[in-house]
Amino acid sequence: MQAIEFKNVSFSYGDGDSRKEVLKDFSLTIKKGSFVALLGRNGSGKSTCAKLINGLLIPTSGTVTVFGMDTKDKSNLFEIRKRAGMVFQNPDNQQIASIVEDDVAFGPENIGVPRKEIKERIDYALSVTGTEEFRHSEVARLSGGQKQRVAIAGAIALLPEILILDESTSMLDPKGRKEVMEVVRTLNREKGMTVIDITHYMDEAVEADEICIMDNGVITAQGTPNQVFAQKELIAKCGLELPVSAKIAEKLKSAGLPLPEGILTKEALSDKLCELLRKI
Amino acid sequence: MRIVAENLSFTYNKKSKFKVDALAGVTLTIEEDSFFGIIGHTGSGKSTFIQHLNGLIPVEKGSLTVGDINLADKSKIVKKRYKELRSKVGMVFQYPEYQLFAETVYEDVAFGFRNFFPDASKEEEKKAVFQTLALMGLGAEYINQSPLDLSGGQKRRVAIAGVLVTKPEILVLDEPVAGLDPVGKNELMKTLRVLLDNGVVKTVIVVSHDMDEVCENCDSVAVFSEGRVVLSGSPKEVFKNSKEMSELRLGVPVTGYLKDELSKMGVEIDVDFTRDDFVEKVVEYYKNIK
Repeated sequence: MQAIEFKNVSFSYGDGDSRKEVLKDFSLTIKKGSFVALLGRNGSGKSTCAKLINGLLIPTSGTVTVFGMDTKDKSNLFEIRKRAGMVFQNPDNQQIASIVEDDVAFGPENIGVPRKEIKERIDYALSVTGTEEFRHSEVARLSGGQKQRVAIAGAIALLPEILILDESTSMLDPKGRKEVMEVVRTLNREKGMTVIDITHYMDEAVEADEICIMDNGVITAQGTPNQVFAQKELIAKCGLELPVSAKIAEKLKSAGLPLPEGILTKEALSDKLCELLRKI
Repeated sequence: MRIVAENLSFTYNKKSKFKVDALAGVTLTIEEDSFFGIIGHTGSGKSTFIQHLNGLIPVEKGSLTVGDINLADKSKIVKKRYKELRSKVGMVFQYPEYQLFAETVYEDVAFGFRNFFPDASKEEEKKAVFQTLALMGLGAEYINQSPLDLSGGQKRRVAIAGVLVTKPEILVLDEPVAGLDPVGKNELMKTLRVLLDNGVVKTVIVVSHDMDEVCENCDSVAVFSEGRVVLSGSPKEVFKNSKEMSELRLGVPVTGYLKDELSKMGVEIDVDFTRDDFVEKVVEYYKNIK
């Protein structure tokens, strides 16, 4: 069974004159256990997609199913939300309790996890997100980046089968972002958790199994990072850019350095450069 | 206006068990006419520091002067100058678009102007609003739109315009490009540079987590850690300390990583870590050995 299926989904905000169509006959299938990066400019419909997955929004037409359950059927929503966790862009939008551990406990308590297990889940979620030291701190007194980690811990404590990250690492320092993505990657590999990572960091997207690019409510490219980032014109047209290393590689190539196509990471660029500059 | 902090310290919730030492002796000078980057791990004190700059957080310990205003001086004379301070130091918070509230773009931007220039005429107000929106790359067609109907990047520009319209000398922005798409990011950073180069503002201070972006855009950088400034200088001076930068949870721009890896192979290039300089130096090296 597929984790998520969008079938001919259209979605509009507002009605009458102010009606704004965000998704247009949009279809997308996300396989169970996959790690998908969803890219696109601001306003391209990414966050709307995310909210359609766990039934925060219901399609105007078409269907969204999560593990075969239609989000339109209200009786499915509890089960869908239990299985598909979401972390929003701004952590202030999803933090409820005043103390960090209570906030992380809120989700598991809601879905009726036994008390003893809740404690284990909090320990686990705080430890993998590096927020143990804030366990008894006030959420309101944390920095933006610390709050973001706590929000991620709250989602992980639900042990969701699908994790949707909507620009959830935007306020983290580089190492923090790397650590969080490593945790998510490990959960994906070891527990088969399906991950949908909505991001503006092209360097983060390179790590995904699959990249989908959205523009103006439709998918304009889909494939492995190499396949997608090879379409340079399309990337620019969609308001995106190449990963930093790929940009440097392009500049070096146009200045006459014989570098191969398909360099996306700093490691790959470094290997090629060392080879080239050393051997002569 | 120059900003000079000496041993600036601040503790949140001093008398409770939730006590947090956010600043533990910050010593830092920010010169006029600079595009200044403040970087540091999450919780290192960056946001607490910048909130001191326009008096949102009072000086608790140490000293801080902004231009000729000594913020450590708690006398009434200085208190009276807070309004002046706030007109000189414009503050753009994280996700500033959450603060948009008016029905139209015009009203939202005009709000700040009316607060700081209560005696200005309607004509002056209109001129200031149109000019400021134009500086932020927003044409007259946006004037009567609801800010809520704009894209993320446009909303943020409106929010920044709302601060810029008060004509600050120093513009402080806390993670101004967080959540923007790559094109929006580049355009906004370019706009900030143009504001500085054209003298619209005299100093731009940005808090950022993106080393590549800091390196490409900033003239000077201060690195915060545990409430102190641990490294400062030009991007070149700061990013050459790749080992320290990695220990500080920040790392270096991609160009810094490449320079280090090449150095391990005996290939030494002297770069200022901007991409253009890196490309130029590598091409030069390649041509020389060929």
